Amino acid sequence: MNFSYDIAGGDFVNAGQASSALKKILKSLNLDSSLIRRTVVSLYEAEVNVVAHAWSGNIQVNIQPDQICIVVSDKGPGINDINLAMQKGYSTASPEVREMGFGAGMGLPNIKDNSDVMELRSTPGEGTELKIVNKILS
Amino acid sequence: MTIQEILMRTEGEIRCGEHRKDETVGRAFCSDLMSDVLTLGCQDVLLVTGLANVQAIRTAEMADISYILFVRNKNITDEMVQLARENNMVLIQCKSSMFKVAGELFTAGLQPIY
Repeated sequence: MNFSYDIAGGDFVNAGQASSALKKILKSLNLDSSLIRRTVVSLYEAEVNVVAHAWSGNIQVNIQPDQICIVVSDKGPGINDINLAMQKGYSTASPEVREMGFGAGMGLPNIKDNSDVMELRSTPGEGTELKIVNKILS
Repeated sequence: MTIQEILMRTEGEIRCGEHRKDETVGRAFCSDLMSDVLTLGCQDVLLVTGLANVQAIRTAEMADISYILFVRNKNITDEMVQLARENNMVLIQCKSSMFKVAGELFTAGLQPIY
Protein backbone atom coordinates (compact mmCIF):
# COMPACT_ATOMS: atom_id res chain seq x y z
CA MET A 1 0.00 0.00 0.00
CA ASN A 2 1.54 3.35 -1.04
CA PHE A 3 0.63 6.93 -0.26
CA SER A 4 2.15 10.27 -1.22
CA TYR A 5 1.66 13.71 0.31
CA ASP A 6 3.12 17.08 -0.60
CA ILE A 7 4.15 19.63 2.03
CA ALA A 8 4.44 23.38 1.53
CA GLY A 9 7.22 25.13 3.42
CA GLY A 10 5.95 27.70 5.89
CA ASP A 11 2.37 26.43 5.80
CA PHE A 12 1.75 25.97 9.52
CA VAL A 13 -2.01 26.04 9.12
CA ASN A 14 -1.96 22.75 7.24
CA ALA A 15 1.03 21.18 9.00
CA GLY A 16 0.00 17.78 10.27
CA GLN A 17 -2.59 16.97 7.63
CA ALA A 18 -0.50 14.16 6.18
CA SER A 19 0.14 12.72 9.64
CA SER A 20 -3.56 12.92 10.39
CA ALA A 21 -4.41 11.16 7.13
CA LEU A 22 -1.87 8.42 7.84
CA LYS A 23 -3.25 7.95 11.34
CA LYS A 24 -6.72 7.32 9.91
CA ILE A 25 -5.29 4.77 7.45
CA LEU A 26 -3.31 2.93 10.14
CA LYS A 27 -6.35 2.83 12.42
CA SER A 28 -8.44 1.41 9.59
CA LEU A 29 -5.86 -1.40 9.32
CA ASN A 30 -6.44 -2.22 13.02
CA LEU A 31 -2.77 -1.91 13.86
CA ASP A 32 -1.54 -1.73 17.44
CA SER A 33 -2.36 1.67 18.97
CA SER A 34 1.16 2.14 20.33
CA LEU A 35 2.64 1.48 16.88
CA ILE A 36 0.19 3.96 15.35
CA ARG A 37 1.07 6.64 17.91
CA ARG A 38 4.83 6.15 17.51
CA THR A 39 4.54 6.27 13.72
CA VAL A 40 2.36 9.36 13.48
CA VAL A 41 4.37 11.20 16.14
CA SER A 42 7.50 10.54 14.07
CA LEU A 43 5.85 11.69 10.88
CA TYR A 44 4.28 14.73 12.50
CA GLU A 45 7.65 15.91 13.84
CA ALA A 46 9.14 15.37 10.38
CA GLU A 47 6.25 17.21 8.72
CA VAL A 48 6.66 20.17 11.08
CA ASN A 49 10.40 20.18 10.37
CA VAL A 50 9.75 20.51 6.64
CA VAL A 51 7.19 23.27 7.18
CA ALA A 52 9.53 25.06 9.58
CA HIS A 53 12.80 24.78 7.67
CA ALA A 54 12.32 23.82 4.03
CA TRP A 55 10.76 25.34 0.92
CA SER A 56 8.80 22.29 -0.10
CA GLY A 57 8.66 18.61 0.66
CA ASN A 58 7.13 15.26 -0.09
CA ILE A 59 6.16 12.25 2.01
CA GLN A 60 6.14 8.72 0.64
CA VAL A 61 4.52 6.04 2.78
CA ASN A 62 4.80 2.34 2.03
CA ILE A 63 2.89 -0.08 4.23
CA GLN A 64 3.89 -3.74 4.07
CA PRO A 65 2.58 -6.62 6.23
CA ASP A 66 5.71 -6.44 8.38
CA GLN A 67 6.63 -2.75 8.37
CA ILE A 68 5.70 0.86 7.73
CA CYS A 69 8.30 2.75 5.73
CA ILE A 70 8.15 6.55 5.43
CA VAL A 71 10.48 8.74 3.38
CA VAL A 72 10.27 12.49 3.90
CA SER A 73 12.31 14.48 1.41
CA ASP A 74 12.55 18.21 1.08
CA LYS A 75 14.09 20.98 -0.93
CA GLY A 76 15.61 23.49 1.40
CA PRO A 77 18.73 24.69 3.19
CA GLY A 78 19.59 21.21 4.43
CA ILE A 79 21.41 20.36 7.64
CA ASN A 80 25.06 21.33 8.01
CA ASP A 81 25.89 19.06 10.93
CA ILE A 82 23.56 16.09 11.44
CA ASN A 83 25.23 14.99 14.68
CA LEU A 84 24.66 18.45 16.13
CA ALA A 85 21.07 18.52 14.85
CA MET A 86 20.39 15.20 16.60
CA GLN A 87 21.35 16.64 19.98
CA LYS A 88 18.42 17.43 22.25
CA GLY A 89 18.00 21.16 22.60
CA TYR A 90 19.84 22.17 19.42
CA SER A 91 17.65 24.14 17.03
CA THR A 92 17.93 26.69 14.26
CA ALA A 93 14.19 27.42 14.26
CA SER A 94 12.91 30.93 13.81
CA PRO A 95 11.00 32.83 16.52
CA GLU A 96 7.81 32.26 14.45
CA VAL A 97 8.31 28.49 14.65
CA ARG A 98 8.86 28.69 18.40
CA GLU A 99 5.64 30.64 18.78
CA MET A 100 3.87 27.67 17.21
CA GLY A 101 5.10 25.45 20.05
CA PHE A 102 8.02 23.86 18.22
CA GLY A 103 11.69 24.64 17.62
CA ALA A 104 13.03 23.49 20.98
CA GLY A 105 15.44 21.02 19.45
CA MET A 106 13.39 17.96 20.32
CA GLY A 107 12.00 17.03 16.91
CA LEU A 108 14.76 14.80 15.53
CA PRO A 109 15.41 13.08 18.90
CA ASN A 110 11.64 12.48 19.17
CA ILE A 111 11.65 10.89 15.73
CA LYS A 112 14.55 8.63 16.74
CA ASP A 113 12.77 7.62 19.95
CA ASN A 114 9.58 6.75 18.08
CA SER A 115 11.01 4.81 15.17
CA ASP A 116 12.71 1.42 14.85
CA VAL A 117 14.98 2.68 12.08
CA MET A 118 15.83 6.31 11.35
CA GLU A 119 18.15 7.39 8.56
CA LEU A 120 18.89 11.05 7.91
CA ARG A 121 20.84 12.38 4.94
CA SER A 122 21.27 15.97 3.92
CA THR A 123 23.02 18.09 1.34
CA PRO A 124 23.45 21.65 2.57
CA GLY A 125 21.88 24.09 0.15
CA GLU A 126 19.81 21.40 -1.55
CA GLY A 127 17.69 19.47 0.91
CA THR A 128 17.20 16.64 3.34
CA GLU A 129 15.90 13.07 3.20
CA LEU A 130 14.62 11.26 6.25
CA LYS A 131 13.68 7.60 6.30
CA ILE A 132 11.62 6.13 9.11
CA VAL A 133 10.82 2.45 9.47
CA ASN A 134 8.54 0.96 12.10
CA LYS A 135 8.11 -2.79 12.29
CA ILE A 136 4.68 -4.39 12.48
CA LEU A 137 4.83 -7.25 14.96
CA SER A 138 2.44 -10.08 14.28
CA MET B 1 -11.69 13.35 37.99
CA THR B 2 -14.62 14.02 35.72
CA ILE B 3 -14.57 16.70 33.05
CA GLN B 4 -17.50 18.26 34.89
CA GLU B 5 -15.39 18.57 38.05
CA ILE B 6 -12.50 20.08 36.07
CA LEU B 7 -14.92 22.65 34.69
CA MET B 8 -16.15 23.46 38.18
CA ARG B 9 -12.70 23.71 39.80
CA THR B 10 -11.21 25.87 37.05
CA GLU B 11 -14.39 27.89 36.43
CA GLY B 12 -13.92 26.76 32.88
CA GLU B 13 -16.16 26.86 29.88
CA ILE B 14 -16.47 23.87 27.59
CA ARG B 15 -16.04 24.79 23.92
CA CYS B 16 -16.20 21.36 22.33
CA GLY B 17 -17.20 17.86 23.44
CA GLU B 18 -20.06 18.69 25.82
CA HIS B 19 -21.34 15.14 25.52
CA ARG B 20 -18.16 13.88 27.24
CA LYS B 21 -18.62 15.84 30.50
CA ASP B 22 -19.13 12.69 32.54
CA GLU B 23 -15.92 11.04 31.40
CA THR B 24 -13.00 10.79 33.81
CA VAL B 25 -9.35 11.65 33.35
CA GLY B 26 -6.63 10.48 35.73
CA ARG B 27 -3.56 12.56 34.91
CA ALA B 28 -2.54 15.95 33.58
CA PHE B 29 0.43 17.51 31.85
CA CYS B 30 1.15 21.23 31.51
CA SER B 31 3.15 22.52 28.56
CA ASP B 32 3.28 25.12 25.83
CA LEU B 33 5.94 23.09 24.06
CA MET B 34 4.33 20.68 21.63
CA SER B 35 7.42 18.50 21.11
CA ASP B 36 7.36 17.92 24.86
CA VAL B 37 3.72 16.81 24.61
CA LEU B 38 4.66 14.40 21.83
CA THR B 39 7.06 12.57 24.18
CA LEU B 40 4.35 11.53 26.63
CA GLY B 41 3.41 8.15 25.25
CA CYS B 42 0.32 7.67 27.37
CA GLN B 43 -3.41 8.20 27.09
CA ASP B 44 -5.97 9.30 29.67
CA VAL B 45 -4.29 12.71 29.97
CA LEU B 46 -5.54 16.26 30.29
CA LEU B 47 -3.26 18.68 28.44
CA VAL B 48 -3.12 22.09 30.11
CA THR B 49 -1.64 24.69 27.78
CA GLY B 50 -1.49 28.36 26.98
CA LEU B 51 -0.70 27.65 23.35
CA ALA B 52 -3.93 28.30 21.50
CA ASN B 53 -3.46 27.41 17.86
CA VAL B 54 -4.31 24.64 15.42
CA GLN B 55 -1.02 22.87 16.10
CA ALA B 56 -2.01 22.36 19.74
CA ILE B 57 -5.03 20.39 18.50
CA ARG B 58 -2.95 18.52 15.90
CA THR B 59 -0.37 17.63 18.54
CA ALA B 60 -3.06 16.26 20.83
CA GLU B 61 -4.45 14.23 17.92
CA MET B 62 -1.05 12.64 17.27
CA ALA B 63 -0.40 12.01 20.97
CA ASP B 64 -3.84 10.42 21.51
CA ILE B 65 -4.84 13.14 23.97
CA SER B 66 -8.59 13.75 24.10
CA TYR B 67 -8.83 16.54 26.68
CA ILE B 68 -7.27 20.02 26.40
CA LEU B 69 -7.62 22.89 28.86
CA PHE B 70 -6.57 26.31 27.56
CA VAL B 71 -5.55 28.74 30.30
CA ARG B 72 -5.40 32.55 30.53
CA ASN B 73 -8.56 32.99 28.49
CA LYS B 74 -6.76 32.34 25.22
CA ASN B 75 -8.84 32.66 22.08
CA ILE B 76 -10.04 29.32 20.74
CA THR B 77 -10.77 29.78 17.06
CA ASP B 78 -13.57 28.17 15.06
CA GLU B 79 -10.89 26.31 13.10
CA MET B 80 -9.53 24.80 16.32
CA VAL B 81 -13.01 23.78 17.43
CA GLN B 82 -13.73 22.21 14.06
CA LEU B 83 -10.52 20.17 14.11
CA ALA B 84 -11.18 19.12 17.71
CA ARG B 85 -14.72 18.08 16.80
CA GLU B 86 -13.42 15.95 13.92
CA ASN B 87 -11.22 14.16 16.45
CA ASN B 88 -13.89 13.88 19.15
CA MET B 89 -11.91 15.99 21.64
CA VAL B 90 -12.96 18.02 24.64
CA LEU B 91 -11.79 21.66 24.66
CA ILE B 92 -12.05 23.73 27.83
CA GLN B 93 -11.20 27.39 28.24
CA CYS B 94 -10.57 29.14 31.57
CA LYS B 95 -9.32 32.51 32.78
CA SER B 96 -6.83 31.27 35.38
CA SER B 97 -3.09 30.95 34.89
CA MET B 98 -1.42 27.60 34.24
CA PHE B 99 0.14 27.73 37.72
CA LYS B 100 -3.21 28.23 39.43
CA VAL B 101 -4.96 25.57 37.37
CA ALA B 102 -2.19 23.06 38.06
CA GLY B 103 -2.40 23.77 41.79
CA GLU B 104 -6.18 23.50 41.92
CA LEU B 105 -6.36 20.25 39.97
CA PHE B 106 -3.40 18.64 41.75
CA THR B 107 -4.88 19.49 45.15
CA ALA B 108 -8.18 17.98 44.03
CA GLY B 109 -6.46 14.69 43.17
CA LEU B 110 -5.51 14.84 39.51
CA GLN B 111 -2.17 13.06 39.16
CA PRO B 112 0.96 14.19 37.29
CA ILE B 113 2.51 11.99 34.61
CA TYR B 114 6.02 12.39 35.99
